[in-house]
Amino acid sequence: MKIAVLVKQVPGSESALPISGDHTWIEEGQVSFVMNPPDNFAIEEALLIKERTGEGEVVIVSMGPTRVQKVIREGLAKGADRGIHLEEDGKIETDPLSVAKSFSSVLKDENFDLVLTGLQSDDTGMGQTGVLIGEMLGMSTGTLAMETDVQDSAIRVKRELESGWFQWVKLPMPASISIQSGLNTPRYPSLRGIMGAKKKEIKVVPASEHQTEAKSQSIEKVFVPHTSKQTEVIEGDADSAVARIVEILKSEIKVL
Amino acid sequence: MDILVVLEDNRGSLHRMSKEAIAGAQKMGGSVSALAIGANADALAGELSGVDLTEVITVNHDLVSSYNADGYSEVVKQVIESESPKTILIGHSYQTRDFMPRVSAKLDIPFIPDIISLEDGFVKQVLNAKLNASVSTSADQVILSFQSATFSEEAMDTGSCLTRSIEVNLDSSIVRSEAEDPFQEDAGDVDLESAELIVSIGRGIEKEENISMAFDLAKVLGAEVSASRPVVDSGWVESFRQVGSSGQTVAPKLYFSLGISGAIQHVVGMKGSKNILAINKDPDAPIFEIADYAVVGDLLDIIPKLIEALQTEKDL
Repeated sequence: MKIAVLVKQVPGSESALPISGDHTWIEEGQVSFVMNPPDNFAIEEALLIKERTGEGEVVIVSMGPTRVQKVIREGLAKGADRGIHLEEDGKIETDPLSVAKSFSSVLKDENFDLVLTGLQSDDTGMGQTGVLIGEMLGMSTGTLAMETDVQDSAIRVKRELESGWFQWVKLPMPASISIQSGLNTPRYPSLRGIMGAKKKEIKVVPASEHQTEAKSQSIEKVFVPHTSKQTEVIEGDADSAVARIVEILKSEIKVL
Repeated sequence: MDILVVLEDNRGSLHRMSKEAIAGAQKMGGSVSALAIGANADALAGELSGVDLTEVITVNHDLVSSYNADGYSEVVKQVIESESPKTILIGHSYQTRDFMPRVSAKLDIPFIPDIISLEDGFVKQVLNAKLNASVSTSADQVILSFQSATFSEEAMDTGSCLTRSIEVNLDSSIVRSEAEDPFQEDAGDVDLESAELIVSIGRGIEKEENISMAFDLAKVLGAEVSASRPVVDSGWVESFRQVGSSGQTVAPKLYFSLGISGAIQHVVGMKGSKNILAINKDPDAPIFEIADYAVVGDLLDIIPKLIEALQTEKDL
């Protein structure tokens, strides 16, 4: 069983997000980066599948500038076997088709049985890279997996639908699957894992070897959302808040 | 054809987000057609008989009688090839995320997902909804999905439309996945989607023993109780009460939010509420950005006093 986990390094939820001079993204210099939170669940699921089947290889794959090797190492420290870094120089690619073409060109010859991704990235939130790659490489695809069950040449996944509904789908391998957050408890790397990760291989693929020319969509500008809503702020002690809430319910929303 | 809206079958009837997508398509302008796939295609088309559309195209075939990503992506690809719409529109549902990227890859047409506005290009939220991005494309055709409640289904223009059934070419080798029947883990009898008043619980409730306080408030108001995902994941309330992208989508007259921070996954499920009253300790909680009334304070102090005051009010 050969499993690729695609991970992304994204600004942490507490990070400053200064808009760049050309207004098309953020100024990376002041940003603190972390592993994209949903990707932790994909790494954990890959390690669990390897442990359950008792054999195989887990490969952490990430695209971006040199800084992303940090999240690849994090995966290696948790127990993954090796890493692949698709180098990007300059601005990060935000066009999903271009991103997926880069990954597909590198993953093609590796013949993975499974490609796992988190459900979406916290930065651009396109939520489609894994499915695009699955289609490009002729794999079966599944999304929002809440449980996985590897059988001989297939994997059963419990997909989360909406409104509390679920569905089991059996996908022949190779398969590309996005993992829903919360399905497992991601492990922390052990001290031994951290030491061992330093010796594991990270193969670097230069930008010139995977990047495609044609871009189909791009971010023209980013901006701070302006809220059109008039919000009444109610502060002060509990008694005055209660008095105001009762008044609102009674004479403004009229539900009493 | 200018715009093709791909409809979603929600267990026999039209998904709410499909109607919102039609409203959005009509707002964009040009000729709008819709595509219904599967055993219920005619029923879905029937629901749109009084709506202003050029036509509803129906496709039924044994291999796509019920939803599967392999078959659906192939059908949508073939219809786009034969009808050549400039824009393909759909609601940003879980099903859309499951198959639409495959259409994008098959046809090399960009898919710009989760759009919240058309006022400044295609606007989507980025970086945990702290910033918005205006996305553009140079391609001749584009697939767009709208976030829930970007348009209102009530905004659909009325009129009439034709129904046209078309044939597709599907081979059984295309459908590789085997789907079992959908199921619910614990089906409750609470109908949040049509509730007029909802009291919703977030992590700010702090402890399981405080949950009863929210139920007491709901009782005196005559409201239903819902919750955000962390509260459901803690096992404090049943999963059928969950509001958000993985739970229910609600639009009550009053959404009374108790200690919910307002993560985007939650907000997409309730931002269509007519009135949002939120209590939170943190004055910077994102929920306050969409609230009509933002009560900054400790809900554990406020709620018991509020229940008492409402009870007095009722007894008058």
